[in-house]
Amino acid sequence: MYRISLAYSFHRAARAGLLIAGLAVCTAATVAAQEKPYFVTYSHDLEEPGNLEIETKTALARPQGSDRFGATATELEYGVKAWWTSELYVDGQTTPADSTLLTGFRLENRFRPLMREHWINPVLYVEYENISGADKTALEVVGHDGQADLAERNFNSRREHQHEGEFRLILSSNARDWNISENFIAEKNLGHDPWEFGYAVGATRPLKTALSVRECTFCAEKFTVGAESYGGLGDTWTLTLRDTSHYIAPLVGWDLPGRMRVSFSPGFGLTGSSLDRVYRVGVAYEMPQLGSLFRGAKGSVR
Amino acid sequence: MRGPALVLLAVILGLGNAASAQHDGHFSSVPAKDHARQNPLGAKPDVLAAGSALYRSHCAECHQPDARGDGGKKPSLRTPEVRTATDGDLEWFLRQGDLRHGMPSWSSLTQAQRWALVAYLRSLQ
Repeated sequence: MYRISLAYSFHRAARAGLLIAGLAVCTAATVAAQEKPYFVTYSHDLEEPGNLEIETKTALARPQGSDRFGATATELEYGVKAWWTSELYVDGQTTPADSTLLTGFRLENRFRPLMREHWINPVLYVEYENISGADKTALEVVGHDGQADLAERNFNSRREHQHEGEFRLILSSNARDWNISENFIAEKNLGHDPWEFGYAVGATRPLKTALSVRECTFCAEKFTVGAESYGGLGDTWTLTLRDTSHYIAPLVGWDLPGRMRVSFSPGFGLTGSSLDRVYRVGVAYEMPQLGSLFRGAKGSVR
Repeated sequence: MRGPALVLLAVILGLGNAASAQHDGHFSSVPAKDHARQNPLGAKPDVLAAGSALYRSHCAECHQPDARGDGGKKPSLRTPEVRTATDGDLEWFLRQGDLRHGMPSWSSLTQAQRWALVAYLRSLQ
């Protein structure tokens, strides 16, 4: 019964995805910037000032000895300044054999302290998380996070409230059409828990970098490919790699017409504490110059 | 713990301000090597067409479809400064951006896309 309903859900999701893609193909042929299809790693590319991006990031997995789950983070990303991007996430998850629930929110800000492009570009990242223990979006892996944390029943895990601060030092380079990014993560439960550490590294490149003049949807230049790796590095109480989770995940991003983007990543666990596999799907839509809708046009066209 | 972190932040922000201060002349701080670069794609019709499409999707929302700006913070691109800049100057500026004044860095575009934009900007002058 469960398998039938899960298969039906996936079938419906696939049909909805195809419908969205079809609609996007039919819309005006404008394309968004080639965003990187990372799910956990951040590059130094910030949202363009005044633009709002709405994105969903979904993780599908099954912890050992537990039920499959799907967890989605819905993200509103706004370019406040060219050097400052602000984001709000609302997280939720569904475990078909258990329950469906909202699991909290996150407020995130990223700042580029250096105003020029360098060989390595630092970005400072500060996030406040107010989530429950039932959150399974796994947007970062830190400390001794493992699949056992994701295997608990929602009834129990939702009682645990996590008020956390997360800090990242993002180092990122765009060189010869490649992007290479490294993130160093420190997370602190604002209550009693120790500092937890983690990392995320990734590299991406457009599938085709030569210039193309044709309007197309399925051509190689619309696809970005790469890989990311992420995992925990222990915490201040037990600064060891024992019982930490680590993943490697190929990435594919597809720029659709109409300022939409779809990303997909199958992640593979590398240690016993890791999930065997975690599938991630992202769908993004960018609304240009949202701020000017409220401010009105300044001046007149000369 | 808090003291050294604040000092580090101040140093980083200070470096950023110093870097941006050098940048005020738009093209005055372009390295000689970049200044001397010529557009390897030239100004063929297909390059201009690609540049025009890129302009519409990345630049027109701020600089307006006719590249004359909005009369406010989003400047015209049909200016003597752009006209007299070299191809290398324009490509360098697209890559760098001017974060302090709201112009994002377009280093995320491929090199070929940036050169196509340069060719298109040239065609507007």
